Amino acid sequence: MAEEKKLFKVKIDNITVEVEPGTTILNAARNIGGEVVPPAMCYYSKLQGSGGKCRTCLVKVTKGSEADPRPMPKLVASCRTTVMDGMEVANITSPEVLEARKGVVEFLLINHPLDCPVCDQAGECDLQDLSYEHGVSGTRYEFKRRTFEKEDIGEHIKLHMTRCILCYRCVFTADQLTEKRQHGILKRGDASEISTYMRASLDQTNFIGNVIDVCPVGALTDRTARFKNRVWFLKPVDAHRDCEDPKCCGKTVLWMRGDEIFRVTARKDKYGEVEGFICDTCRFEKKEVKDWVVEGPRKIARHSVISQGHYVGVHKPQETVAKVMDGRQPKLLMDIHSVSEVNMPQVDLSQLEGPAHSTDFPTNKGVQ
Amino acid sequence: MQSLTNRATPVDRRPMNLWEKLYLPAIFKGMAITLGHIFKKKATVNYPEETRPFSPVFRGLHILNRDEEGRERCTACGLCAVACPAEAITMEAAERLPGEEHLYREEKYAARYEINMLRCIFCGFCEEACPKQAVYMSETFAPSNYQRQGFIYGKDDLLIAHPQKSITENKK
Repeated sequence: MAEEKKLFKVKIDNITVEVEPGTTILNAARNIGGEVVPPAMCYYSKLQGSGGKCRTCLVKVTKGSEADPRPMPKLVASCRTTVMDGMEVANITSPEVLEARKGVVEFLLINHPLDCPVCDQAGECDLQDLSYEHGVSGTRYEFKRRTFEKEDIGEHIKLHMTRCILCYRCVFTADQLTEKRQHGILKRGDASEISTYMRASLDQTNFIGNVIDVCPVGALTDRTARFKNRVWFLKPVDAHRDCEDPKCCGKTVLWMRGDEIFRVTARKDKYGEVEGFICDTCRFEKKEVKDWVVEGPRKIARHSVISQGHYVGVHKPQETVAKVMDGRQPKLLMDIHSVSEVNMPQVDLSQLEGPAHSTDFPTNKGVQ
Repeated sequence: MQSLTNRATPVDRRPMNLWEKLYLPAIFKGMAITLGHIFKKKATVNYPEETRPFSPVFRGLHILNRDEEGRERCTACGLCAVACPAEAITMEAAERLPGEEHLYREEKYAARYEINMLRCIFCGFCEEACPKQAVYMSETFAPSNYQRQGFIYGKDDLLIAHPQKSITENKK
């Protein structure tokens, strides 16, 4: 007869929750949900061994456990600290934690470039959200920031090492999803960088594209969608297809404009983690509507920039002119495509292999 | 009835006296007022020849700015378009090729940038949203046109002249 498992009682920000022994403080907080969940940049619940790198999830343990009620001497990383029975944790109720988090954000931003206007991740970037919520608007850093050359690691993935915050998520992804990891962290300390040894290509396995989804910043981006459009102009749509790969869940989000699919990603939950990993065929090669079974628009948080300008529940009004005018069509005063050079029907940006270049805009009037 | 303001005066219904019955003095009094206005400062200007000075915060026609070296500042981040309440701004971005560094400031640039002046309400949100100081509103009106086609402003209408090139080179 299986013995009843004893549950640990934990108090996080004065909210009591019962969790199984061995749960981390972060996951206990996620059981409660809402504001008490510490932010996490490196921890990823779907990747084993992740966490403990970025220190954004620091919390204060005000009471160690029922048996030993002394507080922990320092702030602890909640993603790596397991709960004890009777533990009391302060997250947003502790000014010390908020102050420390502010410091951590400042550290993360020391070498992070301010190129959000250029970066494809802008609008869905964890670091952007984190610094907006917890950071200070100015920087005190006066020295040269570390910079790297942009690198194409593989046919579909672009590496901007300058933006990387060294969370190691992509390393764990490659370890746990693919047969052979081709990239890793080279060098040590502040010189460490994500790279492939001897410029190897990452394209040899079918799941490496997931490093794009797990990357909390814009260090790893999708080359097939590079610079094509901003995320807030695209409409996220839930879709699925029967993927031949048994490991691929086939459930994705299509980022569409009209009938063009600009980008395919996995579905992310409210913590920015994917619900299921998808294969590279789904991600990079299925860019047509006929490849997919569209389920409907994806729910996006109201405050997110992605929901900007998307009018929910709007039905296209019926054309009434022809009905009233005995079938005569209204006279069109101007077809916008006759003047506008943007969104030309004959140019399909989503079908380009990589980013668009000046050569892809043949009718450009040669503005210098 | 209680009056809404304290400026209401009751209508004078007394019968007119002799001076008022003469009628002509009132006519001359009115003419004097009219004549006095001839010598006053005119409220109007002769528009195309003369123009009024604009306030420094006037929001007129947009321009796309260049930096000191003449490179386009716009990086097609889309913040102006998402800030635009009239949805007048559209753009398409492209990646800068090697050898185009003298044309564009950042690795990404707006290959196409259009403002539909028929939609624009000149609120200035685009100018405020721009993180690269690329879009500004100048002190000119949008010129009138007989055709709707003339109000779709592309990059060649919006970009300012190259600071290091002569007028004839810029005209090209």
